[in-house]
Amino acid sequence: MTVIQKKATNPIAHLSAEDIETLGKELDAIRQRVIDTRGERDAAYIRKVISTQRKLEISSRVVLLFSLFPPAWIVGTAGLAVAKILENMEIGHNVLHGQWDWMRDPKIHSTSWEWDHATPAEQWKQSHNELHHRYTNVVGKDNDLGYGIMRVDEDQPWHPAYLGQPFYNFVNACFFEYGVAAYDLELGKYLKEKRHKEPEFRARLRAAGRKIRRQVLKDYVIHPLLSGPSFFHTMAATFTANLIRNLWSHSVIMCGHFPEGVETFEKSSIEGETRGEWYLRQMLGSANISGSRLMHIMTGNLSYQIEHHLFPDLPSNRYQEIAPEVRALFDRYGLKYVTGSLPRQVFSAWWKVIRLAFPNRRQPATPAVDDQPTPVLAAA
Amino acid sequence: MPAGRDHRRMTTTVPRPHASGSLRRRLWRLAETVTTPVLPGDYLDLVAPLRAGADLRGRILAVRPETPDAATLLIRPGRGWRPHVPGQYVRLGVDVDGVRQWRAYSVTSRPGRHPEPISVTVKAIEDGVVSNHLVRRVRPGTIVQLDQAQGDFVLPDPPPARVLFLTAGSGITPVAGMLRSGALAGSDVVLVHSAPTATDVVFGAELRDLAERGAIRLVERHTSVEGLLDVTELDALVPDHLERQTWACGPVGLLDAAEAHWSARGYAQRLHTERFRPTIITAGDGGTVTFTRSSVTVTAGGATPLLDAGENAGVLMPSGCRMGICFGCVLPLRQGAVRDLRNGELTTALPGDGVRVQTCVSAAAGPCELEI
Repeated sequence: MTVIQKKATNPIAHLSAEDIETLGKELDAIRQRVIDTRGERDAAYIRKVISTQRKLEISSRVVLLFSLFPPAWIVGTAGLAVAKILENMEIGHNVLHGQWDWMRDPKIHSTSWEWDHATPAEQWKQSHNELHHRYTNVVGKDNDLGYGIMRVDEDQPWHPAYLGQPFYNFVNACFFEYGVAAYDLELGKYLKEKRHKEPEFRARLRAAGRKIRRQVLKDYVIHPLLSGPSFFHTMAATFTANLIRNLWSHSVIMCGHFPEGVETFEKSSIEGETRGEWYLRQMLGSANISGSRLMHIMTGNLSYQIEHHLFPDLPSNRYQEIAPEVRALFDRYGLKYVTGSLPRQVFSAWWKVIRLAFPNRRQPATPAVDDQPTPVLAAA
Repeated sequence: MPAGRDHRRMTTTVPRPHASGSLRRRLWRLAETVTTPVLPGDYLDLVAPLRAGADLRGRILAVRPETPDAATLLIRPGRGWRPHVPGQYVRLGVDVDGVRQWRAYSVTSRPGRHPEPISVTVKAIEDGVVSNHLVRRVRPGTIVQLDQAQGDFVLPDPPPARVLFLTAGSGITPVAGMLRSGALAGSDVVLVHSAPTATDVVFGAELRDLAERGAIRLVERHTSVEGLLDVTELDALVPDHLERQTWACGPVGLLDAAEAHWSARGYAQRLHTERFRPTIITAGDGGTVTFTRSSVTVTAGGATPLLDAGENAGVLMPSGCRMGICFGCVLPLRQGAVRDLRNGELTTALPGDGVRVQTCVSAAAGPCELEI
């Protein structure tokens, strides 16, 4: 993809500034309807998911105490992988977005939740909620575009180091939770700029270190020790469960913004951005995954990435419900609702990672405008 | 409660028996390393929400109608419950429409320990979110959050020889707790109680029975026919009322009048009153914002985000996207009213409600206090 401002045919050229503000109001109305009907049913949903997850996790870990026996290893590993996926995706990610803060339950609240993940919730909230969700797909602002290690947009300059990006991406997928922790710390940036001795950075590094130590101790020392003769089997099982969780969440997250058809934006285009324009950028900058109810839950409803990016603080169980209305808005305003099956979107995202490992085949269509940033609504 | 920041706090404040000493503590710490990032208690809560060491909760055992718009809830408190003193109230955290709401209700049962149930009697008030839910909709089996009983609307020990209770409506509830406790067995007790009609008198049958047996003298005032009680009428109804230790509980109007009456006659120290929600939150447009820990108070307009108001006053406010999406600026609203700048929705809080607000999209709607 190329930033929307440099495209030969701008996909929003047909919208006037007024159209965009009306679109924003229509989206506000959808949001308000969900807020007005938010209640007991939703609260019961998240509590059910949390209790199911906890029961699944504890029973899987109990089964793994006997992981010496192959059937126990298989059942326990599968259960633990599913429990970890649920915990990260449908529970952790969404609670940390403040989707359940309205319940005023101090135990299910964005300010008190901690998740089964290498990165501390506090740091993740900052890099994800504040930076990624605010600057979605703005090249140079949204570090989620390639996580700072990959080139996923034609407009990111090519460098020979990117030749290795399919490999980095695979390694990142396998150890995704640690990749996310490093990313939340902005480790690369601080090391490169030799700012790693700054007290503020060191404090965050210590917090991440503490979190990782607790996580590793639990998964690779305490739990195997409790398994006695099954020590190594349990260790392998936990590693496998973490690996499955990492590969799964990496795939789902790649599908959110990397597939073909998703638009990116220039840094200057968001100066003075209105609420309507922000909504429009979320609409064009995200992609959905189609599938069954179970698949949606396992992705934490990030399969409704478009709806999630429009309304990051609405309860995840409602995205499916509002998706038809949102899609109708796309149709009415002549915009492209990017969606596809999981294999198709994963393939599309991976293909982009591979393709952009190499330099662009052609120069961007209009290099002349480089110095004259076009406002997002230039066409209006 | 999950770990992270709260980890340390939770592990040091959760009350735990000391007798079995350090082995138990070590085992608990081991359990914490197994369950991190959540606490062992989060798993135990799934099966034993009323256990010792858990956050204080109760299970509703039964809901008994008292009058057409009042009901008594029988609640089994958790093991951590400390027996109340008759007349005290308990704060109940109830999930209504998915949202946790805290309200205070007088305990009307005799003091006891887990598993002995406690009871509270709730009168449904017009538009009362919680009271209507508790009287009409809540079902046995529901778990509610509890605080330890508190309040100083209690009898001294030993109780005075002559007592007057001046109550109206649900104001009878703390008094019922005192009467049932048996503490007043040897005292001369007069109860002057107001309710719209005879059927609206909460615990009507029980009170009349006490009066018949001579345990109390009961003066019922049915206000829909006889009109509201004027406290000066007490001169005729209970001629020695100023010589009695008096406990009054009821609507603000009655309490204000009683306080004026007793002070005018120079007997203010003999009157004890109970007001449940002393702070009336009135929503306005803008107001004074107090940042409690920073000891800063500013006046903010109805369109100024609390975040900006704090920053302008030099308070070190946490902040994030400044557009209501990242929840990086959330702070506890200790009390007061704020308005969501996006949709005008009002949020009000009283101390202990545990309400948190996004400061970047909330403006003052009257005086409010933020904890920072």
